[in-house]
Amino acid sequence: MTEIIKDARVVDDAWQTLKLAEGDAAETVALPAAPTLVPLAVWRARRDELLARQTPFGLWLDSHEGPEEIADDLKHFALVAVNFPKFADGRGYSTARLLRERYGYRGELRAIGDVLRDQLFLLRRCGFDAFAVRADKDIRDALAGFEVFSERYQSAVDEPLPLFRRRAAGEPSHG
Amino acid sequence: MYRYDSIDRQLLQERVAQYRGQIERNLAGTLSDDELRPLRLQNGLYIQRHGPMLRIAIPYGILAADQLRKLAELSRRYDRAVGHFTTRHNMQFNWPKFEETPNILAELSEVDMHAIQTSGNCIRNITTDKFAGTAPDESSDPRPIAEILRQWSTFHPEFSFLPRKFKIAVSGSTEDRSVLRVHDVGIELIDAADGTPGARIFVGGGLGRTPLIGQVVREFLPRQHLLTYLEAILRVYNRYGRRDNLFKARIKILVNALGIEDFSKQVEAEWAHLKDGPATLTDAEFDRIAAHFAPPAYATLGDDPAEYASARASTPAFAAWAKRSVYPHRVPGYAAVTLSLKAPGKAPGDITDVQMDAAADLADRFSFGELRVAHEQNLVLPNVRQADLPALWAEARAHGLATANIGLLTDMICCPGGDLCSLANARSVPIALAVHEVFDDLDYLHDLGELSLNISGCMNSCGHHHVANIGVLGIDKNDEEWYQISIGGRQGNATRIGKILGPSFRADEVTAVVQALVAVYVEQRTPTERFIDTFDRLGIEPFKARAYQGRDRRKTAHD
Repeated sequence: MTEIIKDARVVDDAWQTLKLAEGDAAETVALPAAPTLVPLAVWRARRDELLARQTPFGLWLDSHEGPEEIADDLKHFALVAVNFPKFADGRGYSTARLLRERYGYRGELRAIGDVLRDQLFLLRRCGFDAFAVRADKDIRDALAGFEVFSERYQSAVDEPLPLFRRRAAGEPSHG
Repeated sequence: MYRYDSIDRQLLQERVAQYRGQIERNLAGTLSDDELRPLRLQNGLYIQRHGPMLRIAIPYGILAADQLRKLAELSRRYDRAVGHFTTRHNMQFNWPKFEETPNILAELSEVDMHAIQTSGNCIRNITTDKFAGTAPDESSDPRPIAEILRQWSTFHPEFSFLPRKFKIAVSGSTEDRSVLRVHDVGIELIDAADGTPGARIFVGGGLGRTPLIGQVVREFLPRQHLLTYLEAILRVYNRYGRRDNLFKARIKILVNALGIEDFSKQVEAEWAHLKDGPATLTDAEFDRIAAHFAPPAYATLGDDPAEYASARASTPAFAAWAKRSVYPHRVPGYAAVTLSLKAPGKAPGDITDVQMDAAADLADRFSFGELRVAHEQNLVLPNVRQADLPALWAEARAHGLATANIGLLTDMICCPGGDLCSLANARSVPIALAVHEVFDDLDYLHDLGELSLNISGCMNSCGHHHVANIGVLGIDKNDEEWYQISIGGRQGNATRIGKILGPSFRADEVTAVVQALVAVYVEQRTPTERFIDTFDRLGIEPFKARAYQGRDRRKTAHD
C-alpha cells in the first residue's frame, strides 16, 4: 500500500488520484471503486453522481486552479489535495493558505505531485497536514524536512502570530 | 545597526545546518542537481563559468567593521583574496569550492552574516539608500523598515517559490538614491499631511530585457499596513504571474498586462482580507527595531572646521577628493565619505582582502565601526568627523580607496560580465578598464562633472546600464562581442530609461564612441549644464551623429 505523511508520521494510504489522461473526458471517465481524489473538471461535470455514490471522494486542485473554485463546496470533500507539477511552482502555497485562512477548510489538506523533503517545512506552515512524497524518494528520510527551523518570523497557518507579536507577549519558544 | 538576538542567531545556525545537509545529500546522490538548484540559489550559490560563485548578503547595505574583516579573512582562506560588491548590497566570492560553501556560511554566521535569498525566485535582499540615517534630505529613516522587511521576508512560507525573483527597495529621502523606481516594489517612506507615517508604493519597475519604470500602486499606505499590503501584492503575483516564460515572469509583466488600475484593484481586493490581521505592524515593534538604529554618540561640532578648510586650501588632491567623496551630513561637523572602488586598472566593485581590512580599520577609527555598501559598488563611511577627513584621506589613498571620481564618468557601475558570469553575452570589465584608461585625467573628469556610465554584460542588466547617462550593453553576434550604447538614462526621482543610439559597436570602438558623446557635451554645454542636461536640451540626434561619424569607413576597414 502507498504511504504518505500525515500529521508528521508515515501512514498507509488508500486514496487514489484520478488524472485525466489524453483523450479522457471528465464527463465519461471511469470512477474507481476506491476512495478517489477527483480533478476539478470531474467534480464540475459529475457533481450529482459523486454525491450520490457511497464511495468517499476528495478533490484535487492543479497549481493553476484557485481555491475560490471550490470555496462553496468544501463540505462535500473528504479530503482536498493541491498538486505541485514541479516543486518550484509555488502557487499551491497560496492556495493552501487561502483554503485554511479564508475559506475555513479544516479537513485534510494534502500536497501531491513533486512533493519533496526540502519543501515540507514551508508547506506545513501554509496549512498542509498531509504529504504524498514523490514515490522515488525515501518518505522516512523526508520526515526530517519538518525539523528545520525552531522559530518563524511570519504569520502563517501553523502560527498565526508573527514573531514580533509573540516577542511582545513574552512567549517565543526561546529568546 | 541591528543586533541579532538569540532567535535570529538560532535561525541562522539552523539555516547553515539545513544547507550543509542539502549539499551532503547532493554529493551522496539523494538530492539531484535540479532539486538542489533552487535551494542552493536561495543560499546565494551559483554555478558559474569557472565554478561556483557565492553571493553573500549585506542586508540593506549596512556592514560592521568586524563583518568586513570576516569577509576579508574568508576571501583569503576560501577565495583569491578578493571580493566583488554588486549593485544590490551583496558581496560575491568568485572562486569558492562547492564542498566548502557550508563552512563559509558557518563562519559567516559567527558574525551574523549569511547568503539567504541573495538569489532564487524569492524575495531578495532588501536595498536602500547608502546615506540612510545621515542624509540631510531624509525625512524617514529607511533602516528600521528595511530590517522589519528582512525578518518578514526571511524564509517566507508562501513566497519562497515565486514565478521569478522579487526585489524591494526602501527610501526615505527627498531625492531617491536607492533606484526604487526600477524595483519590483519600491517603498518611498513619506508622512501624510496629518503626520501619519507611511509610504508611497511603486510596483512593476525593473531593468533587464524589458526595462520599465515602476508605477504608483498606492499613493499612501499607513506604516502599520506595510506587511499586509506587501503580502497582498506578493499573493497576486504568486498566483497570477506568468510561469510559462522565464522572460515574462517578473511582476512588471503582470502589472503591464493588467494595467496598473486593474492590478491595484486586485491587490486591494486581496488586501481587504489581510488588512488589520495579525501581520499588521505594531508601533511597539517599529519602535523596538528603530531603537537599534539610534544615532551614535555624535560630538557637538561645527561645520567646516579649520583642519578641513586648510587641508583643502593647501592640498589640491585632497580638495579634489573631498569635492567628490564627501557628502553632507545631517549632524554639524560630520560627513559621509565614499571610498571609491573604481581605481584605474581595477574591476569596478572589486576589493582586495587588504583593502577590506583597511576599510574596516578606517570605519573603527573614523566612523563608529560602521560602513555602508553603495549600489554604485563603493563603500561609504557614514559618520566621519570633518576634522578627521585629511587623516582619513591619507590612509584611504595609501590603500587605493581614494580615487577622486565619485559621481564622475569613471565611477562606473559594472557587472562581472563574461569573464566570470555564465549568463553574460560579452565581457564588461575590459570595457570599463579601457574607458578608465582613456579618461584617466582627473582634472578633465572633474571638468566633465557628473556623468554616469554603466556597463552590463547581458540583457539581465546587473550593471544598470538602462539608467545611466551613457549605458553600455554587451551582446553576442555570431560569437563576437558587440556593444549597444544608450544615452540619456538617469536614476533618482526622475529615473528614466536611456535611448539606444543605434547599431551596436565592436569592443574596440566603445571608448571612441564614449569620447564622441562626451565631445558633443563639451562643445555644446552651457556653463551650468551637466551632461544629462545638455542631452535633455539637444536630444539624441547630435550625439548619434557624432557617434556614427566615420564609422562606416572604419567598419569597412575592419571587414
